[in-house]
Amino acid sequence: MAEKEEKLVFERPKSLLPVVTNFCPGCTHGIVHRLVAETIDELGIEGKTVGVTPVGCSVMGYNFFGCDMIEAAHGRAPAVATGVKRVRPDNVVYAYQGDGDLASIGTAETVHTATRGENITIIFINNAIYGMTGGQMAPTSLPNQVTQTSPYGRDTSSAGYPVRICELLSTLDGPAYLERVCVDTPAHVRKAKKAIKKGFQYQIDGVGYSLIEVVSTCPTNWGMTPQDSFEWMRENMLPYYPLGVYRDVLAEGYESVADAALKRAGDSKIVVEGGAQ
Amino acid sequence: MAEKVLMKGNEVLAESAMRAGCKFFFGYPITPQTELSAYMAKRMPKCGGTFLQAESEIAAINMVYGASAAGARAMTSSSSPGISLKSEGVSYIAGADLPAVIINVMRGGPGLGSIQPSQSDYWQATRALGHGDFQMVVYAPSTVQEMADYTYKAFDVADEYRTPVMILADGMLGQMMEPVELRDPIEEIPERPWATTGHNNEREHNIVNSLYLDADLLDQMNHERYKRYEKIIATEQASEEFLCDDADIIVVAFGAAARIARNSVRAAREQGIKAGLFRPITLWPYPTEALEKTVAHAKGYLSVEMNMGQMVEDVRLVVGNRAPVDFYGRAGGVIPTPAEVLDKIVALNEKVGE
Amino acid sequence: MSNEMRLILAGFGGQGLLFGGKVIAYAGLIDDREVSWLPSYGPEMRGGTANCSVTLSDEPIGSPLITDPTALIIMNQPSLDKFEDAIVPGGVIVIDSALTNNAPTRTDVESFMIPATSAAEEAGLAGLANIVCVGKLWSELAFCKRETLDAAIRKAVPARKAALVDKNLEALELGIGL
Repeated sequence: MAEKEEKLVFERPKSLLPVVTNFCPGCTHGIVHRLVAETIDELGIEGKTVGVTPVGCSVMGYNFFGCDMIEAAHGRAPAVATGVKRVRPDNVVYAYQGDGDLASIGTAETVHTATRGENITIIFINNAIYGMTGGQMAPTSLPNQVTQTSPYGRDTSSAGYPVRICELLSTLDGPAYLERVCVDTPAHVRKAKKAIKKGFQYQIDGVGYSLIEVVSTCPTNWGMTPQDSFEWMRENMLPYYPLGVYRDVLAEGYESVADAALKRAGDSKIVVEGGAQ
Repeated sequence: MAEKVLMKGNEVLAESAMRAGCKFFFGYPITPQTELSAYMAKRMPKCGGTFLQAESEIAAINMVYGASAAGARAMTSSSSPGISLKSEGVSYIAGADLPAVIINVMRGGPGLGSIQPSQSDYWQATRALGHGDFQMVVYAPSTVQEMADYTYKAFDVADEYRTPVMILADGMLGQMMEPVELRDPIEEIPERPWATTGHNNEREHNIVNSLYLDADLLDQMNHERYKRYEKIIATEQASEEFLCDDADIIVVAFGAAARIARNSVRAAREQGIKAGLFRPITLWPYPTEALEKTVAHAKGYLSVEMNMGQMVEDVRLVVGNRAPVDFYGRAGGVIPTPAEVLDKIVALNEKVGE
Repeated sequence: MSNEMRLILAGFGGQGLLFGGKVIAYAGLIDDREVSWLPSYGPEMRGGTANCSVTLSDEPIGSPLITDPTALIIMNQPSLDKFEDAIVPGGVIVIDSALTNNAPTRTDVESFMIPATSAAEEAGLAGLANIVCVGKLWSELAFCKRETLDAAIRKAVPARKAALVDKNLEALELGIGL
């Protein structure tokens, strides 16, 4: 029998270190970690990338990625990333955050880093629950969703409504690119990869701030199989958090974030004419 | 010798930081330290540095964390209520072994308190600025010149021991002008092989982190850090003595309160009372060795503070029950007068003379 | 401590009292003396009363906050009421009589009532009554050499307002002559 030539079709991304992660079976963090690492490999930027990990399930991310890593306090990753990027504008800086981190305790940092248009990339995992602490209500938990701290379902008359981050940030002038994706099917995974890569590319090209929201699942704390989790996500989360591009200044035909902001400013005299007044 | 200039304490803190190679400042407006931020906003861009007004004190200290991790000399400043907000970040900076300089231009508290000068954050600075086992070097300058000198020193010490360092000033020192001689800016800061600068595919990845889920490992990390603290305690204590050599009554005071106490000590000497002033410059490590030397001849101690009595505990830790340790303080932003302090010296002198 | 001048300048915010104090502090700096300058600060600075403490001494200065002034420059009635009792016997008070209703009641101090604000306006030096008062204080206390005082004005006026140096020097001259 003639020997068949081996062809390598799949391997671990180099910038995703060969270590055991702490993620549960069926968790989407693993997929998104891989997409970030593939992006870093494909862009050839591991040597100049600095990642910032949050507090939450991805807290140990500093051990998983091969680039230089910083562990931030809960919610503060965008502020930490700002500090790094201001010192080293030529480095590629990303923060990887969950919903509690980004949309609850760190909302101020999220909003202000976005409105400053910091030239960094944020990967946002929205799975509508606090995973690491064991399933409490998140800022993105849906109305009526049962969690450990909303045992009768999220009561909007008391707990209010979820935060839609992409929509919220799209009201700001600072962001260059905002997209919401998910990773439940191969097609969606490919799309998510494209979005993540675009975010990094925009940073490298100096276009500016980007945030890629990945609508995700938490089989463990939702109490479902991974497949049922995806089904629940599709039925409940995607209608509430529609996938799509919420901001892409270049695709929208602007030259830059500054150009888009100027056109939004109407005829505000100081904005249009410039100069200190 | 450089020419002396007349500058506000707050501005001197800013200018000296820049001359110490601090190119990154992150702050948030609060009275009575706002001149510092304003000065940075004006000067930093002209010196190729970055001034960034953060959205909050919390963001500002975390930007310092990031900038320091990335290998820069970085600083933030605030006043008492703002320092409370920064405390989380300072704990992380200590836990991740990052150098950083934090300035507290104290005002009266608790809560929103007042905006007048105070020293009521002594405990916070020396005992517990944030959760967890850690210490922070704390300098208490007493003149505008010292605000310059100890700002330079703060950056060097922060780098040497990879630790947060605080300059503990107050509204009086921040607002006042005195002649000051500034040193030439330094050209380069010490190397930081641990910094997250991008590994350039030339080394293992660097990690800046304060999380150790393995209890034994965290125990070991804390012990290692406390070894460094032992070295700081052994080598970094600083204090100044004024007429202490033969003193019966030793007034212990730091910062602005020490300036007032100095007047009182002089006045007491004019009355024939052998009074002296012991002025701690490092509040942590507390200058216990120098204070211990005074115990041999002193008959009584008077701790004078702009608070309800905080540093007095450190004086008592040294003196024990070998001599009485009295306290006099005004809180809320009231500055004690030299006459009030003199009355206390006279009273203590009568008490120990009996 | 006979060579120590402890001066409080007090009046309304906007009268340039902090600047007047700065001129005197610069005079001390130029003569290489010990100097401190401490303003009141906070909401009271926004149009309310303002004061500042300036000490010139030959010894290291203790408290920069003056509680027993040897000299006062007073530019409104509330400030006279507030600080008159504090001044040491034999002290010097310069008062802008254009802005105060009453003369000091103390008899153990030297008081000089000068119409600084109206005199400055008449001389085309509106807004420089503060410097007129500084001039008067100097003529009574000679806390530095005459040329030092002029040099102090030049140092204290910020570069972007350099055009105002001559006006300030005129105001100084006016005050010295009152």
